[in-house]
Amino acid sequence: MQASIQIPATPELDYLLRLGDTCLISGQRLGEWCGHGPILEEDIALSNMALDLIGQSRALLTLAGQKSGKGFDEDQLAFLRDEGAYRNPTLAELPRGDFAFTILRNLVLSTWLKLIWERLRDSRDAELAAIAGKALKEARYHQQHAADWAVRLGDGTEESRRRCEAALAQIAPYLPELFEDDTVDAAAEASGLGPAWSSLREPWLAEMGEVLGEAGLALPESTKFRSTGKVGRHSEHMGYLLAEMQYLQRAYPGGAW
Amino acid sequence: MSTENEWPLWEVFVRTKAGLDHKHCGSLHAADARMAVQMARDVYTRRQEGSSVWVVRSDQIVASDPGDKDMLFDPAEDKVYRHPTFYKLPDSVDQM
Amino acid sequence: MYTQAMDTMREEGGQPALRTAEEAALQQRFDNRIDAGDFIEAKDWMPDNYRKTLLRQISQHAHSEIVGMLPEGNWITRAPTLKRKAILLAKVQDEGGHGLYLYAAAETLGQSRDQMLDSLHSGKAKYSSIFNYPTLTWADVGTIGWLVDGAAIMNQVPICRCSYAPYARAMIRICREESFHQRQGYDSLLAMMQNGTEAQKAMVQDAVNRWWWPCLMMFGPPDDQSPNSAQGMRWGIKRVSNDTLRQKFVDATVQQAQVLGVSLPDPDLRWNEATQHWDFGTIDWSEFWRVVGGEGPCNRERLAMRVAAWEEGEWVREAALAHSRKQARKEKAA
Ligand SMILES: [Fe+2]
Ligand SMILES: [Fe+2]
Repeated sequence: MQASIQIPATPELDYLLRLGDTCLISGQRLGEWCGHGPILEEDIALSNMALDLIGQSRALLTLAGQKSGKGFDEDQLAFLRDEGAYRNPTLAELPRGDFAFTILRNLVLSTWLKLIWERLRDSRDAELAAIAGKALKEARYHQQHAADWAVRLGDGTEESRRRCEAALAQIAPYLPELFEDDTVDAAAEASGLGPAWSSLREPWLAEMGEVLGEAGLALPESTKFRSTGKVGRHSEHMGYLLAEMQYLQRAYPGGAW
Repeated sequence: MSTENEWPLWEVFVRTKAGLDHKHCGSLHAADARMAVQMARDVYTRRQEGSSVWVVRSDQIVASDPGDKDMLFDPAEDKVYRHPTFYKLPDSVDQM
Repeated sequence: MYTQAMDTMREEGGQPALRTAEEAALQQRFDNRIDAGDFIEAKDWMPDNYRKTLLRQISQHAHSEIVGMLPEGNWITRAPTLKRKAILLAKVQDEGGHGLYLYAAAETLGQSRDQMLDSLHSGKAKYSSIFNYPTLTWADVGTIGWLVDGAAIMNQVPICRCSYAPYARAMIRICREESFHQRQGYDSLLAMMQNGTEAQKAMVQDAVNRWWWPCLMMFGPPDDQSPNSAQGMRWGIKRVSNDTLRQKFVDATVQQAQVLGVSLPDPDLRWNEATQHWDFGTIDWSEFWRVVGGEGPCNRERLAMRVAAWEEGEWVREAALAHSRKQARKEKAA
């Protein structure tokens, strides 16, 4: 079996991996819809978004690899880390669920990512700023797609509304992780690499409120539960996701693909 | 089987680049106009084929009757004088 | 091919008795247009059996595209690099697009997509037998691109000139997108054969061994057992015979296999100087008929998966429609 790589723990690398892994793991989950969507047109739309996210993760992991000082490439980072070295917030790794869950998680994450990309255009890291410029356009589209659907489902049938409420209830406990700072945020803000995540909360709440309001939905009250994916302690789902994703790289050491 | 619960069909027109006409390129099903535009983008412009899309409900299109083809289009056949090549001019001014 | 079930069914009704002089005139005019190589458009008069045959062929073709998403889709979450993951996702997504274009073309003939899907889900409609084989390793993905898409392209290019214009237009769009499918598959296998480990090379050879014969079957039964050919040729919905296409495929593939460094699992494969073609062994048609008859390795699973996706999506489709009706009522009231 191919052994794991070890990543140096620096705040800068962590910051990039939190973002890159969010794109990677979300793309992985969205890709699961390909061939299984509720209608052909939507199947194609979901795949497009998965492709955008995978593209973003490639750019970010490549950049993280350069900054690792060990010459890791995007694939070593994507496929050969131990679970604890992945830095995505837990929300991204939760199973794809039904279409309502997928749409509402997309709404949460694309709104959040869009706000980050907006800020990262001014990063002192020119390459990160360039990635952000391109990703921002994609995230805007993802947000609009999710928002349109949230309104249709929230204000559709009894069943669609019920499924939306259930999805939001499932998502809500994982939201604080997206907006609470730690040393990684402090370092990123101080160095001008990117915004502290806490600064995204207000604009995020405003944009979400607008969409959910139109959909006749609301975010449930926050809970005391705290997810910890961004520091590498993931949910039980992550191991299965990685086992599947990493299988070939692990099983064929030294392989060429 | 009833089709009353099927999403309506839309015709998609794509402008490939600025300055060109929108051209019909196919159709798709969508529940509403916004969705139709978004899906047209996802279905018909995945390879940079477009810079603008129009969608119109297929049942809103009024088409000429193929049975009237002779009546409608054949009369243009003998109006050769509408074409520039009909006029033979001296070489020295023929770039006109 | 993707519409190979056409070859396995009896002919659609033949020429019905004409009732009126007017119909006879229409039929004559239609035949003249066909013989002159004219295109038939959706609203043009067409004989009933032309409409039925096309509807069946195009919808079968569409079903093949969307069922065909499943075997390769099986590997999206396991693709070995991010580049390959993106390529595979884009490729499988393209196949969904092909299904969509084809359903749209078939809809111009007067059946809704939901009706066609209903025929698929109830097991009434057929799709290409090739998609009832399992993708057991990563090399199956590359092999499908190389051989299955390769075979499909060979069959589909001539249909771009088919007499029914909406079908021809869909095929042109599809063929334009197909060209990357075969190349990415071959490229993926080449990477493993040229720079990979012994285990990877063995994986590629094993995949080729399993897919080769089913791919030859994709072209449908031998010409002397294929009932629909004459009519199909005249209408331009089939332009080259099964056996001719199969031979063309073998001829093209042998050299590609050599460059790749894999062997094709046929001891009778040899160059025939007299015919200037590659001779190949006898196809096991009993396997073909078994798979077409529903008893291939994955028939039940493929269909069950399509049905599950459709049924799980029902509440979504309903909700979107309900929302748009609410909006329309609001607009009317305002
Ligand atoms: Fe295809
Ligand atoms: Fe293909």
